[in-house]
Amino acid sequence: MTTRIFGSGIRRREDPRLITGQASYTDDIKLTGMVHAAILRSPHAHARINGINTDAAKSAAGVLAVYTGADIEGVLNPIPCAWAIPDSDLKAVAYPAIASGVVRYVGDAVAVVVAQNRYQAEDALELIEVDYEPLPAIINPEAALGDGAPQLHEDAPNNQAFHWVAAGGDTDAAFADAAVTVSETIRQQKLIPNPMETRSAIASWSPAMGELTLWNTTQNPHIARFVTCLVTGVAEHKIRVIAPEVGGGFGAKIAVYPWEMITAFCSMQLGVPVKWTETRTENYLATTHGRDHVEYVEMAANADGKVTAVRSVVYAGMGAYLSTAAPGIPTILHGLMYSGPYDIANIKADVYGVFTNSTPVEAYRGAGRPEATFLLERLMDKVGDAVGIDSVEVRRRNLIEPFDNNRDVAIGITYDSGNYSNALDQLLGHIGYDRFRHDQEHEREHGTFRGVGIACYCEICGLGPSQVAGAVGFGGGLWESATVRIYATGKVNVFIGTSPHGQGEETTFAQIVADEIGVDVDDVEVIHGDTDTTPMGWGTYGSRTTVVGGAAVALTMRKLRDKARVIAAHLLEADEADIEYADGQFFVRGAPDRAQSIQDIALQANVAWNLPEGIEPGMEASTYYDPPNFSYPFGAHAAIVSVDPDNGHITLDRYVAVDDCGPQINPMVVEGQVHGGVVQGAGQALWEGAVYDDNGQLLTGSMMDYAIPRAHLVPDIEVHSTVTPSPHNPLGVKGIGETGTIASTAAIYSAVMDALKPIGVTSLDMPLTPERVWTAIQAAGYTGNGHGHSHGHDHGHDHGHGHNH
Amino acid sequence: MFAAEFEYRKAGSIADAVRLLSENPGAKLLAGGHSLIPLMRFRLARPEVVIDIGGIDGLRGIRISDGSINIGALATHAEIANSADVQQANGLLAEAAGGIGDPAVRNRGTIGGNLAHADPASDWATVLTALGATVSLQGPSGSRTIAVGDFVEDAFATALAEDELITTVSVPVLAANQRAEYAKMAHPASFYAVVGGAVVVTMDGDRCTAASVAVGGLTPRPVKAAAVEQALSGTTLTMDSIADATSRLSEDLSAAGVDIIGDVYASADFRSQVAPVEVKHALLHAIGLAHH
Ligand SMILES: Cc1cc2nc3c(=O)[nH]c(=O)nc-3n(C[C@H](O)[C@H](O)[C@H](O)COP(=O)(O)OP(=O)(O)OC[C@H]3O[C@@H](n4cnc5c(N)ncnc54)[C@H](O)[C@@H]3O)c2cc1C
Repeated sequence: MTTRIFGSGIRRREDPRLITGQASYTDDIKLTGMVHAAILRSPHAHARINGINTDAAKSAAGVLAVYTGADIEGVLNPIPCAWAIPDSDLKAVAYPAIASGVVRYVGDAVAVVVAQNRYQAEDALELIEVDYEPLPAIINPEAALGDGAPQLHEDAPNNQAFHWVAAGGDTDAAFADAAVTVSETIRQQKLIPNPMETRSAIASWSPAMGELTLWNTTQNPHIARFVTCLVTGVAEHKIRVIAPEVGGGFGAKIAVYPWEMITAFCSMQLGVPVKWTETRTENYLATTHGRDHVEYVEMAANADGKVTAVRSVVYAGMGAYLSTAAPGIPTILHGLMYSGPYDIANIKADVYGVFTNSTPVEAYRGAGRPEATFLLERLMDKVGDAVGIDSVEVRRRNLIEPFDNNRDVAIGITYDSGNYSNALDQLLGHIGYDRFRHDQEHEREHGTFRGVGIACYCEICGLGPSQVAGAVGFGGGLWESATVRIYATGKVNVFIGTSPHGQGEETTFAQIVADEIGVDVDDVEVIHGDTDTTPMGWGTYGSRTTVVGGAAVALTMRKLRDKARVIAAHLLEADEADIEYADGQFFVRGAPDRAQSIQDIALQANVAWNLPEGIEPGMEASTYYDPPNFSYPFGAHAAIVSVDPDNGHITLDRYVAVDDCGPQINPMVVEGQVHGGVVQGAGQALWEGAVYDDNGQLLTGSMMDYAIPRAHLVPDIEVHSTVTPSPHNPLGVKGIGETGTIASTAAIYSAVMDALKPIGVTSLDMPLTPERVWTAIQAAGYTGNGHGHSHGHDHGHDHGHGHNH
Repeated sequence: MFAAEFEYRKAGSIADAVRLLSENPGAKLLAGGHSLIPLMRFRLARPEVVIDIGGIDGLRGIRISDGSINIGALATHAEIANSADVQQANGLLAEAAGGIGDPAVRNRGTIGGNLAHADPASDWATVLTALGATVSLQGPSGSRTIAVGDFVEDAFATALAEDELITTVSVPVLAANQRAEYAKMAHPASFYAVVGGAVVVTMDGDRCTAASVAVGGLTPRPVKAAAVEQALSGTTLTMDSIADATSRLSEDLSAAGVDIIGDVYASADFRSQVAPVEVKHALLHAIGLAHH
């Protein structure tokens, strides 16, 4: 073998079925006798339910049953939150699958109809009469904590879900002594994740067997089984959760939702399989959102721009209830990352989790780390301005020196390895930074406003050591598992506990296997997503599947290699110590002709006619891998934008990414992850935002109003990398799933502010809509040079034409 | 989609469609379905009968004759954008069509459905108003032709009678000395016009001898900008004269006596402030003063 399969950009084996429509998602599955559920959702953000009349619905055509909150009481337990942040006074308020008494957001479930088909179920929903008594609603998380705000939960005074503080060093002293301090108010707007596949579940209860099978569009089937057991009371070993093809998650498919629990309840009541699939409208209301912070952040620095401290007060909206992992996001995944790639001696994060009358939040790609990166980069720009140095120079003065094995940061965590200045240097070379600055000056004189934004980041992923998970209140472990079986024919099945849903691990894990034991990559099949056939694992989120699950696969292969070596020695009548391995061959040192291939050995192991003493038959091994530390990918991204001061229109001209996720198993897959991540982060900077009115109605309730990024609005993303292996990971890998999103919002925002600097605009809320930009330009007193630079309107179309955007 | 129950009828001809409309008051015609179906999906529209006109050959095709481009009501935006004849005869038509929505929308949405739906954010209404286009309608008692500017009466309201359908849209071929452009601030989610400005200028060298200007997106129906047109006519077009002329758009908007539309994406105030900018952009492009 000349080229290693590890590191080769082979095509994703997932893609043919995905792009030809052959993939089978939950909603594609049809079971004999299956009936359909539709959920009645509250049209009010906050209301008391004084009565529900379901008589007409119950007698409507095709209707089998109608259930309300009263029906599930005592049968279905409340939905648990699985991340109880310690020392935070966390209020685990009741989260009933179907509301009873009070609804707390538009989308809260009020009743469910089960009918022969979905149309009948939808028709019957219209016949349910609910007597609502509307109550005042509150949406802004800071205001929700304030005096006189409408109260959501009796058990959570002032709507406070938790209050968490993390600190290292002496932040107050550092601010008192600082030559320069800067501050900013940041609104991390609420975002809607928008996976292509909406949520869906099929529950099939077998009364005879006492078994529940749940097809569910989830990122973590084993967690789903665990929680289903807690909610339904069915014993864990009697529950099978299957995640068929899952059409994207971005965090929104981590949670165990009321909806699949309602579906299970219906099946258990009726004894027939029940399907529920979310409409897109429901998805906007009832699938978790992301972000939603109001942040007051400050940075202190010396006169030369060396940062001495950062601190925050963050009001993190939780929505109406605590979703599965929600409390961990603004805290562990956010507050603990306030050092980023920088050497900052004093850090304090002060985070309030707050209930509001809106859709619950959960992880959304990056989950906490985009917010942390954004505030650091925003403040870094401001420190640069305050001390009068360029945005690159201020970062350079603060980056942590290169290290290849462990570096403690003030907040109390230990980074694994990093070479941050190298990533920045590479980036500057790729964009031609000095040249850009030169041109920019010249263009400004002609009334053209271009800007460059730099974002350096370091993020925490590869979640994570289970002991730490326990210490920070996560209600489970964070190890991963793999079982690898090599058949007599030399073909390989890999069974993994984690559950990819678009990331490409069916391909990359096969590459790990092929690389470790020398089989053809096409001889390896990766099996995931079914709790009955895969070993226990905690799922795909926090860029952990390759880092933790991939490590489990690699370690399993090394066990199999050891076993194969023993068998080879026996078959070759050589001493085990004399057996060498290369490219799938086990041979006697110095006599490469005396060799057994892994396929030969697998055959012998499986038939077991002639095995060495004490060696068990079969060619199978398992690993449960608990990582010793998190991994800390890093990089530097740059965006170049133009802003048309006439109408506030922003054009994203260039985007360059330099990421370091350690050795890349498949560079094409890495590139794809960066592309998707960057574009999702661009969405937050420029287009996306869930907007509610004062009554808690979602105004951006459809894809006609909520703008997810379009391909033609984004330039070719230039993807580069550096390679700094993680010292503690068996493969050296660090994770790449979220880096794009973590860096790009900050880079693009910074570029826009850079473009607007000569005009005097100093702060803007996201998304950076033309109106916001234009209004700020007007407020800064800019009157223009009167003449027409006219790049900046959507002149037409998304195909080649002289003046489109 | 889980629409309320409805009866599906397929019309074989224009006459058949008119008959079905007359027999079924409240029935809805189905063309590309890109506006009707979302409304039915949200159950905001609950027609008892849906008449599919998609199979009527007589509503298809684009023909150019006697200085007029005659576009069948079922012509899709993509067909119009990609027609070499249209590109040749009236580049603005092709360009505006190519800027509607995204490829999926352009492949399904029709010019007839777009006009009949009369969304204030429609590109066609604004562009066709500036171009002086007409629509031909067919009802039980015959056909009639009406200017697009009169056809669109208000937001989601047209001159169509319950039992009429649009058969053809007719647009003048541009003369050699005419320049036409459309500039829009597109909504980033749908690409519908937040503000759109369409201009047709007749030139004698650098001098504009006649101008037709319409704005839409910010108003319930397209507004013809008489003050801007007047300021342009007889003027040598320069950056400055164009800026002066477009600054008079506010007079036209007040004269039209319509409410300016504002929503969560763009306020009414912002829209009225940038409307002159879009018209200016369109004019600069039309006469080649814009640098890209
Ligand atoms: C995501 C999205 C983005 C869009 N972006 C834009 C945009 O940027 N610019 C823009 O201008 N438009 C845009 N549209 C509108 C789209 O291009 C269609 O033009 C529009 O939806 C209506 O055309 P249709 O053929 O789909 O009509 P349908 O939905 O089939 O019908 C719409 C209405 O017109 C009636 N109707 C249809 N045909 C006739 C006829 N021949 N005679 C009389 N009545 C008729 C129907 O009964 C119905 O009431 C967008 C639509 C979507 C869904």
